Amino acid sequence: MSRDMMSAFELYQPDSVQGAVDLLAKFGKDGWALAGGNDSFDWFKDRIKRPKYVVDLGGIASLKGVREMPDGGVEIGALTTLTDIERNSVIQGKYKLLADAARRVASPQIRNSGTIGGNVSQDARCWYYRYGVNCYRAGGNTCFADTPQGQNREHCLFGASRCVAVSPSDTAPALVALDATMVVLGPKGQKEVKADDFFIGPNIDIQRMTVLEKGEVLTAIRLPAEWAGARFYFEKVADRNTWDFPLVNIAAAIKVSGAAGSEKIDAIRIAAGAVQCVPRRLTVVEGVVTGQPKTEDTAKLAGQSAVRGATPLNFNHFKIPLLQNLVTRAIRDA
Amino acid sequence: MADNTNGRDLPEPQFDQFVSKATSRRQFIKGVIASGAAVSASGYLFTLAGCSPNPKSAGGIERLLTLNVNGQMRPVDVLPNETLAMTLRYKLGLTGTKLGCDRGECGACTVTIDGVASYSCSTLTHSVRGRKITTIEGLEGANGELHKVQQAMIDELGPQCGFCTPGQIMSAVALLDANPHPTRDEVRHALSGNLCRCGAYDHYLNAVMRAAGNGERVSQA
Repeated sequence: MSRDMMSAFELYQPDSVQGAVDLLAKFGKDGWALAGGNDSFDWFKDRIKRPKYVVDLGGIASLKGVREMPDGGVEIGALTTLTDIERNSVIQGKYKLLADAARRVASPQIRNSGTIGGNVSQDARCWYYRYGVNCYRAGGNTCFADTPQGQNREHCLFGASRCVAVSPSDTAPALVALDATMVVLGPKGQKEVKADDFFIGPNIDIQRMTVLEKGEVLTAIRLPAEWAGARFYFEKVADRNTWDFPLVNIAAAIKVSGAAGSEKIDAIRIAAGAVQCVPRRLTVVEGVVTGQPKTEDTAKLAGQSAVRGATPLNFNHFKIPLLQNLVTRAIRDA
Repeated sequence: MADNTNGRDLPEPQFDQFVSKATSRRQFIKGVIASGAAVSASGYLFTLAGCSPNPKSAGGIERLLTLNVNGQMRPVDVLPNETLAMTLRYKLGLTGTKLGCDRGECGACTVTIDGVASYSCSTLTHSVRGRKITTIEGLEGANGELHKVQQAMIDELGPQCGFCTPGQIMSAVALLDANPHPTRDEVRHALSGNLCRCGAYDHYLNAVMRAAGNGERVSQA
């Protein structure tokens, strides 16, 4: 069977968010909200997802761009491309963490069409799930990755609950570290969800990665002024520097006081990607380093504390020292 | 054609560049059929089970549209689920744009859309209505002379097998339009979304650096 031509669907291109939400409400489970398409088209070409109605959000001007807010924060339209975020002077100046994360996503062409909203809303990348097998996440009752022969090198260290897939996003940990707020519009109106709560694990709903329900659209992401201009650290480790999803990535925002050489960590938010189904906020690390001198010893302790409780699968033990080292570097080098 | 913008705030379709304003819908469709007839490959591609739209359903976008490709306004009948790579290759006959993986994982299908390098396999044709598409065929000058990047590719023996070359060149042209004198690292970064199975990466970098070394604006676009 060809796996190239997508199944037929009807395409709608509304010019307002409300128009999109109305269309998606009308289509219900047969509808699909399309942003940059880089994730959606894989599903469509593999004929695993076959929506009857696709609502293309790309023509909605109000969903694009970076706006400075009166409180000193910024609001980023969900359809802003990763390239635009990477190059935006305000993001680069105040929230370099997000620019650094956006720059490490996939490839230049994918960043040119891929959106921040799509990047944080993308589905799990477990290859069994993507292949179309009837796993837990697809509605079945098996996990093919968590078996003696299952290939699970990319899978999780924490929070497994039947499914062992991870959050594949590079920007998601950065948004958690920046304490972002996600603005969601749905049939019942607008709601705001903290990034900490936006991503959900299989213990809450095994068939979704975020709180977004069918028919809801992520419209904007707000970054609070509180973390503007903090010290940042982002690093992604992947098999290749282009295209590949992270094996582990780390995003940290740190506020320090004191003279260079004897700095003290006053506040920190730190999150790791690709180690759990959600970007993992490392609250233990935050507790360990807050109020401590920003030294090599603190950084080492932070790294050790980050991996406490990890439950590796057959082929992903390497992620434990990887996460530990990335956390150590983040605290030391931010 | 009144509903083909589907409520989007787009410029009026510029059909009058090739048909008079009085042209009927029937004549427009005839024009589409005539211009597509030369491309016989479309037959097998669009008859796969489940890929053709339900003829009875009427919702959504207007299938007939006009694409701005390589400076020409091209009328074409496009399915809602059709990618730009399919349209270019099988409807418009522009086979310089290659399909490698059809998954946004190789870069062979790279074209520029409003000057920005894009994977045409991962772009719906209906999403580029009213935008300026340039393929490898659109780079040649008014008298058929090669684009500087193309010439440099020859001078530096850039390609080996050549399959990825159109995509590599389009990425390079997009870079040099925005940044006429890039460093080698910037070129490496800009071409990082294009795979080369022959491994001729350094040759490509040499060629782009040569093209950029002329001190002039590199693209005529």
